[in-house]
Amino acid sequence: MAKSRKTSFPKTPTGINGLDEITNGGFPKGRPILICGSAGCGKTLFAMQFLVKGITDYNEPGVFMSFEETSEDLTQNVNSLGFDLDKLKSENKLRVDHVRIERSEIEETGEYDLEALFIRLNHAIDSVGAKRVVLDTIESLFGGMDNEAVLRSELRRLFHWLKEKGVTAIITGERGENTLTRQGLEEYISDCVILLDFRVIDQIATRRLRIVKYRGSTHGTNEYPFLIDEDGISVIPVTSLKLDYKSSPEIISTGIPDLDKSFSKGGIYRGGSTLITGTAGTTKTILAAHFAASSCKRKEQVLYFSFEESPDQLTRNIATIGINFKPMIKSGLLHIHASRPSLQGLEMHLLVINKLMESLKPRTVIVDPISSLITIGSSSEVRGMLIRLMDTLKMNRINAIFTSLTHSGISEYNDATVDAVSSLADTWINLTNEQQKGDDRVRSLLIVKSRGMGHHNSKQQFIITNKGLQFIKQKAR
Amino acid sequence: MAKDQTWELRLYIAGQTPKSILALNNITKYCQEHLDGCYTIEVVDLLKNPQLAEGDQIFAIPTLVRKLPVPIRKIIGDLSNKEKVLVGLNIRPVTV
Repeated sequence: MAKSRKTSFPKTPTGINGLDEITNGGFPKGRPILICGSAGCGKTLFAMQFLVKGITDYNEPGVFMSFEETSEDLTQNVNSLGFDLDKLKSENKLRVDHVRIERSEIEETGEYDLEALFIRLNHAIDSVGAKRVVLDTIESLFGGMDNEAVLRSELRRLFHWLKEKGVTAIITGERGENTLTRQGLEEYISDCVILLDFRVIDQIATRRLRIVKYRGSTHGTNEYPFLIDEDGISVIPVTSLKLDYKSSPEIISTGIPDLDKSFSKGGIYRGGSTLITGTAGTTKTILAAHFAASSCKRKEQVLYFSFEESPDQLTRNIATIGINFKPMIKSGLLHIHASRPSLQGLEMHLLVINKLMESLKPRTVIVDPISSLITIGSSSEVRGMLIRLMDTLKMNRINAIFTSLTHSGISEYNDATVDAVSSLADTWINLTNEQQKGDDRVRSLLIVKSRGMGHHNSKQQFIITNKGLQFIKQKAR
Repeated sequence: MAKDQTWELRLYIAGQTPKSILALNNITKYCQEHLDGCYTIEVVDLLKNPQLAEGDQIFAIPTLVRKLPVPIRKIIGDLSNKEKVLVGLNIRPVTV
């Protein structure tokens, strides 16, 4: 971020991948933050990661005050994410205090306040020098005590006190019927409110996060999908909200000499995205394979996502047109990642793609075909995912090739996936395989668009030979 | 109520606040009236010993804890309702 940009108030990193970008730098430092959501949406984990990462990455000790789970349960539950609470406790950087309120053994008579809770919290904070605090879930108090008026005024006092204490505090709350939290905590904590959601659509579950409110700060307003995996929570993807990537003037080959000539610059821009559409059997994969081969020829890493064919089958089939993937795979230039689209939700796919991109650092990414992703999400979701994927690719100046299956009968211009991607793509190539007079089928290729350069404007017929795709020289008219 | 039983009570306070003083006066009075010397009242000031709050799971002030006889019972508040305190501590059976 540019230094000249003013930040209205100090922020503290959230420790959650991707969230700092969305919140423009993190949580408001020294203020309470409300995290709400229904049961099982990941509130506790979210809060725990904020605390643990605060200790391990930012050297800010923390206090976890739990009103639900015992310290032992918590330790066990987050162990699978690689958080070792016992170690942090022994290093005196973390305090976990379990506040157990047993309704059956408590009687109320006369006036009281929650001073003891303040004292406990204060003691815990001071004993480790905590900068971060989690109260999970403070609403449990309402189940344990009758005097709501006292509770409410005491909670108000507590949040004030936390502010004065200068700790950044996460307060979790269970989602209510018509309110963000059952007890309306959002009335008291209004600086920063984040809503977590867990939805199952068509049997595929997606977790989402939305910043409901962030006083005095700009923030992303969308619902962002997030994941819980062995590395904890990541809000994905890690992209900025801006369109400010650098564009390269460099031209690269598509791998097909004839096709290169159809572009006025003799190829396509590096770091651009190319969409290849066509009905079944129009050689989309072959075109994609040419791209892959040309990238390998330049000694540039290719990451090939195959959603329909296994690496072996793809290699075998492509060999028949004179492209041999085997040595490319062997030399590590080509990495084929094959999986079924329905194996996981869209976000998981995106995460896998992101993770592979991070580890392999490819210069070219091929997704064949993106249309199969639509089977697992609505077109708006697919579009959202693809925008984010393309953003990431563009930021890293990776050449992107997407193939997309269109259905015969429907014009490719109204196809759902194409509709989602075509406006994002820099180059759009449409392939057809039409029946002409007689029994002959004629394959043809049309460059629908190519941003930033001129291109051949009519359908060009081609054939597939054992040396790959070749244009048929048309008779001069 | 068994006469030979010892009642071990602990009152948690945070400084000499009116509520805490009232609670201490109340419980002392009830014990004198009903427990006939067979009791101890320990007063814990959490401002002086904050680390003690966790052990007895104290979150409200004042809180009276009956350590003995078991099971542990807790009464939060200034203990102004005598009937409720006696029932809560099981000093006097509900049916009298």
